[in-house]
Amino acid sequence: MSFLDYFRSKKTAGSANVAKERLQIIVAHERGQRDQPDYLPQLQQELLAVIRKYVQISDDMVQVEVDRNGSCSVLELNVTLPER
Amino acid sequence: MARIIVVTSGKGGVGKTTTSASISTGLARRGHKTVVIDFDVGLRNLDLIMNCERRVVYDFVNVIQGEASLNQALIRDKRVDTLYILPTSQTREKEALTKEGVEKVINELSETFDYIICDSPAGIEHGAMMALYYADEAIVVTNPEVSSVRDSDRILGILQSKSRRAEMGQDPVKEHLLLTRYNPDRVNRGEMLSVADVEEILAIPLLGVIPESQVVLNSSNQGLPVILETESDAGQAYDDAVARLLGEEREQRFMTNQKKGFFSRMFKGG
Repeated sequence: MSFLDYFRSKKTAGSANVAKERLQIIVAHERGQRDQPDYLPQLQQELLAVIRKYVQISDDMVQVEVDRNGSCSVLELNVTLPER
Repeated sequence: MARIIVVTSGKGGVGKTTTSASISTGLARRGHKTVVIDFDVGLRNLDLIMNCERRVVYDFVNVIQGEASLNQALIRDKRVDTLYILPTSQTREKEALTKEGVEKVINELSETFDYIICDSPAGIEHGAMMALYYADEAIVVTNPEVSSVRDSDRILGILQSKSRRAEMGQDPVKEHLLLTRYNPDRVNRGEMLSVADVEEILAIPLLGVIPESQVVLNSSNQGLPVILETESDAGQAYDDAVARLLGEEREQRFMTNQKKGFFSRMFKGG
């Protein structure tokens, strides 16, 4: 290991923390999607198409989620309309 | 009734076959009649790691399709006499593993064996699904590295939703984390995820930590399950894991390195 490498390795120290943070975020996100029914992405696309007949919105302005509380499930639909 | 244990990971190259070979050898050495099944149809390798590649006549797919009996296909290990290997097919399509066929073979093995170890292929395709479907327990082999940890979490989700136990509404598959290729030096330098980090993210009980070791390659070169290298750190770490699997309490070892002197640290940049 050369003299310069010694300093370089100091710079990369701590990348494990970055790995942990990134993993915590992506794993939490994917776990949230795991329990969602398969039809959600298509439902979201079709809802987008319907709303676009009337209002111009972008893909991320419609959020579809299913919340489960014990025996009952709630389909949650959030549509953000553009400012006029 | 046999305990059916799948060795799985999602990601390839993390040490599933190495682990299957060592865990099954360790169980058999303790007197339990054990069979290890290779589920990686088309990419047979367990035979090579177990040093029985030249003794394969019939395979798992032959048995499923009724072309050979189970006794014809099972290979008895030459080192441990309570250990048997069921090799996979090198030539068939992976769809040759049907759910019914796998069930028939596992049921027949359950009558005479104590442990059935299923060595899963990488990925989440058909072969991997078949390997985990009938499992009672799962050893999730993970490297302290982002893609491996993420894939392990994905596999855990599949175990919880797509296994037979999940589909039948039975008790869930018992999950074990086995962290392999662990390098305590790099963890100390903050370059590698620690055991605690991975445990926190995956939130499943730790079965063991296998240190990164040159012995693993050396033993696979020779077709020797690394657990039989009883003097080596990796061999001993696998032995601890087997003991824990059998309910023994064993303190975790190999998670830290021996302290180096001031001078060796200075000159090796550690």
